[in-house]
Amino acid sequence: MQIVQQLLFILLATVAIYLFARNVGRIRRNILLGRNEPESDRKDQPSTRWKNVLLLAFGQKKMFKRPVPALLHFFVYAGFVLINIEVLEILIDGVTKGGPYHTFEHFLGSFYGWVIGFFEILAVLTLIAVIIFLIRRNILKVPRLNMNELDGWPRRDANTILYIEIALMTMLLLMNSAEGALHLHSGEAGGFLISQLIAPALSGLSDPSLHTLQVLCWWGHIIGIFAFLNYLPYSKHFHILLAFPNAYFTRLEPQGAMRNMQDVQNEVLYMMQPELAPPPPAEGETTPAPPRFGARDVQDLGWKNLLDAYSCTECGRCTSVCPANQTGKKLSPRRIMMATRDRLEEVGRLINAKQEWKEGGKTLLHDYITVEELRACTTCNACVEACPVGIEPLDIISQLRRNLVMEESNAPGEWNAMFSNIENNMAPWKFSPDDRDKWMEEMNAAG
Amino acid sequence: MQIKTLAEFAAEGSMPDILFWVGCAGSFDARAQRITKAFAQILNHVGVSYGILGKEEMCNGDPARRAGNEFLFQMMAYNNIQVLNGYGVKKMVTTCPHCFNIFKNEYPALGGHYEVIHHTVFLQNLINEGKLVLKGGGSFQGKKITYHDSCYLGRGNGIYEAPREVLAALDVELVEMKSCRSKGMCCGAGGAQMFKEEEAGKTRVNWKRTQEAIDTGAKVIAANCPFCTTMLIDGVKKAEKEEEIVVMDIAEMIAQSLQETSLNNTGQ
Ligand code: SF4
Ligand code: SF4
Repeated sequence: MQIVQQLLFILLATVAIYLFARNVGRIRRNILLGRNEPESDRKDQPSTRWKNVLLLAFGQKKMFKRPVPALLHFFVYAGFVLINIEVLEILIDGVTKGGPYHTFEHFLGSFYGWVIGFFEILAVLTLIAVIIFLIRRNILKVPRLNMNELDGWPRRDANTILYIEIALMTMLLLMNSAEGALHLHSGEAGGFLISQLIAPALSGLSDPSLHTLQVLCWWGHIIGIFAFLNYLPYSKHFHILLAFPNAYFTRLEPQGAMRNMQDVQNEVLYMMQPELAPPPPAEGETTPAPPRFGARDVQDLGWKNLLDAYSCTECGRCTSVCPANQTGKKLSPRRIMMATRDRLEEVGRLINAKQEWKEGGKTLLHDYITVEELRACTTCNACVEACPVGIEPLDIISQLRRNLVMEESNAPGEWNAMFSNIENNMAPWKFSPDDRDKWMEEMNAAG
Repeated sequence: MQIKTLAEFAAEGSMPDILFWVGCAGSFDARAQRITKAFAQILNHVGVSYGILGKEEMCNGDPARRAGNEFLFQMMAYNNIQVLNGYGVKKMVTTCPHCFNIFKNEYPALGGHYEVIHHTVFLQNLINEGKLVLKGGGSFQGKKITYHDSCYLGRGNGIYEAPREVLAALDVELVEMKSCRSKGMCCGAGGAQMFKEEEAGKTRVNWKRTQEAIDTGAKVIAANCPFCTTMLIDGVKKAEKEEEIVVMDIAEMIAQSLQETSLNNTGQ
């Protein structure tokens, strides 16, 4: 019997891990559809980058700008990280024994009780936090968690994850409590820190049913974990993995700096100083395809933009501080990230199905993100500053705007006037360049 | 003291220590010219060795770049760098956070390397070094004043304290708005919004931001950017508070207090 359970467990684990690895591989491929970033390989200054991983991802520094959700989130996060140690034990138990066995107890001795007791406390804190999260989302209806852009899948996704957490934590506690009740029956002290409180309530059950309950919860817990693992790649909860690399690769330059366009810089340079231009291609050589100006679709964005899209937690901190959104404009930086991910997934599905995704089909610009949204951005960086995982919605907005203006000549009339003023009068307004130092003449005349 | 252009300095075979980059708003916009003049007065008062580019100054391309017109930006940058490097400019001060940001963060990649200082930081340095002495805040002393963080000085470049310290030197009672420092709300002008109508919405960004300022009960809204100043003035007008509340650049406040205290001194 035990060997059957062991084999079953190994099969289950293998399938779960294989499917997960395949999905992660696809996401990695999708992210690498993005352009390389010649301006910055995002690998310079490794020590600063590791510091960001520690502060932003492990330390959740930016989360603590809003202390209440930060603390609750911290419980769930600590629960997630530490309970993984317990999952490791379950894996070892499962492979070696096909059921609950407490492998680590043999290494840790009496300390084991403390460790499991600590996990139980975390499980309870996680349960409390998750229930408060559900209340905030569905009863208190915290505004940033209840915008229309979350209708449908995003809202279901957020709640599903919370329910999975409740189920996992409940099974963990119930499993230990059932075991505790068994111990009570044989006259020993029953259970660990929290489960000993629940165990007496279960002691009315017979030994065989308690045993069944324990084993069922054990299997339920690990099956739940495997299911969770395979749900992640489809969910905003993928951030629990990508928050770490995303913090590492986050920008280190001041937020005010906009990325340079080397191609355009060179073009202007060759126009001004033709002697610097590279010689035209010799007979028979093909000229390289002209670069795309700005971004029209996901593969025109940088890979970090695409990593950003997969790392987004859909928390809406960005949107809640966006001045455009606060004043009722259509723009929402969170929606920019969600739309980018949706489009990237779409492209990924086409690639999976071995189809070409061609020019003339849908594009991120227009089909997923509208001109009206892009136009409303003041480039204020509030979204970038607010994001707890180091995402830059503004960078995507800027690149899409570049494509609109440079490839489609799609700009409001006022902007076109501003452009021509700059070009002809060296100022965004229609003033005569001769008047530029009029203020100085006035001051000098006044003495 | 007569203000001179770098061309005039060059003709005399000399160069000033620092270039005052005035910017388009500061050069042409009637309201922003007052900020420019106030700052120039302070520089004259302290005796800083500075010059301007005058007619040789050109838009640095910020609104074009933010709107998406990289080509136009690169042309402006190329021409400006020719002029600046031609004069061998090493150091510049500017009264506009957009000019500050673009020279400090974006021109280096194009070959324009300068030490760039925003005027609020410049003022703070002058005060700390004892070169600019404020004899009390003049009429600002003890007055309720709120400070608006511009996006490009604040979040864009992490400068939150220098302007506040300058205000502290004026002995004002600083009251913060609901959103300030890294959470400060935009005035609505950045990203080339200054040059177009807003998209449809419930209200305007500058009206909402100005309301936050009005809610503090401050009598002066202190700013560090000519564009913010314009937007906030419009917000004050919209709220029909022009009689009670003024919007001033920090340089204007310093210049005014210098004038008042020197008048007092001569009166004594
Ligand atoms: S940078 Fe643009 S999208 Fe981001 S908060 Fe500001 S206005 Fe909104
Ligand atoms: S971009 Fe950042 S702040 Fe905005 S929803 Fe995603 S995770 Fe939250």
